[in-house]
Amino acid sequence: MWSFFHKLGSPRWFYRISGQWLPWLMVISLALLAWGAIWGLLFAPPDFRQGNSYRIVYIHVPTSMVAMGGYVTMAVAGAIFLIWRMKLAEVAMRCAAPIGAALTFLALVTGSLWGKPTWGAWWVWDARITSVLVLFFLYVGVIALYESFENKQAAAKACAVLSLVGLVNIPIIYWSVEWWYSLHQPATIKFTSESTMHSSMLRPLLISIIGLYCFFATVLLIHMRSEILQRERTTKWVRELATGEK
Amino acid sequence: MHPVRRQRLFIVLLIIAGAGLAVGLASYALRENINLFYPPAEIAEGKAPVGKRIRAGGMVLAGSVQRQPESLTVRFVVTDYQAELPVEYTGILPDLFAEGEGVVATGVLTEDGVFQASEVLAKHDETYMPPEVQHALDRSAEQARP
Repeated sequence: MWSFFHKLGSPRWFYRISGQWLPWLMVISLALLAWGAIWGLLFAPPDFRQGNSYRIVYIHVPTSMVAMGGYVTMAVAGAIFLIWRMKLAEVAMRCAAPIGAALTFLALVTGSLWGKPTWGAWWVWDARITSVLVLFFLYVGVIALYESFENKQAAAKACAVLSLVGLVNIPIIYWSVEWWYSLHQPATIKFTSESTMHSSMLRPLLISIIGLYCFFATVLLIHMRSEILQRERTTKWVRELATGEK
Repeated sequence: MHPVRRQRLFIVLLIIAGAGLAVGLASYALRENINLFYPPAEIAEGKAPVGKRIRAGGMVLAGSVQRQPESLTVRFVVTDYQAELPVEYTGILPDLFAEGEGVVATGVLTEDGVFQASEVLAKHDETYMPPEVQHALDRSAEQARP
């Protein structure tokens, strides 16, 4: 375990091993996403009250969940970077930010598109929606903060601290619908009791969620690999890789 | 663990705890303002201000919806099963508005206790099921009734 952790600190080793994982991860994520989308959008039954408009859950719920999961990934990578000064953790933290920002944006847009026909409003300042908007600003803030520093070592430290401070928002998003009176409905997928969604609708949703998590991992690895090549461009192994010499 | 790293770990935990504490205290102080709406029970207790723009939310009482024939004005009662609040609204209601379903109305509470709504939003619950399952549930509920 510890030797794996130490090896993970070497960009060269990570580049090689992630190159082996990447094709598998890509195939699995695209297959799961296609399976979940086709099943959910074409074959799952319509809802007894919302009809077909509920089908946006197959996009909205996975993007929202991975947007939050991506933030935790970014903050944990930031903590590892702060404590152990691991280069790869810094790369992972920075690469997770734009992907998470894109997913959060997608979650907000799909929620808004669904809110208009269902609630009767595009946007409501309720606790859940506002806290997800804060999540989007945190992601954008991390990206902007890094770019605003001349000294990149100091920039990475500042970003790690910001992402750790922002971590407090994640439980707020999750429990906002329980703690306060909000327009957004409470969680459908429950960990402690049975989910309040019929299994014929829930199964494609779970596949979409797993698929999007795999897709997040795929995009993160691709982004991290190009970032590593950029940072290590002066080292011998990258030169050898570029010129094809052994 | 190396003492320097232990110190850094301590700082990281301190950041998280500090941020959590600050946000926790702030949201505790603002807890009334974070709520999107007042339930009828709190309005009945007099917690909601009269004459100010507020939101009220709850379930539409079954059988309480009255439409005026020559206008778009609708009157209905919102309940949280503890207190009831009469609501008056002129306009088009959202598709999911129905008796026994949740709503959040924005408007003004008048002196006589009627809520004059300027906007009505449908609040959807977290249950999803196919129509056939709902029909089956309704049928078994009817059979269970004596």
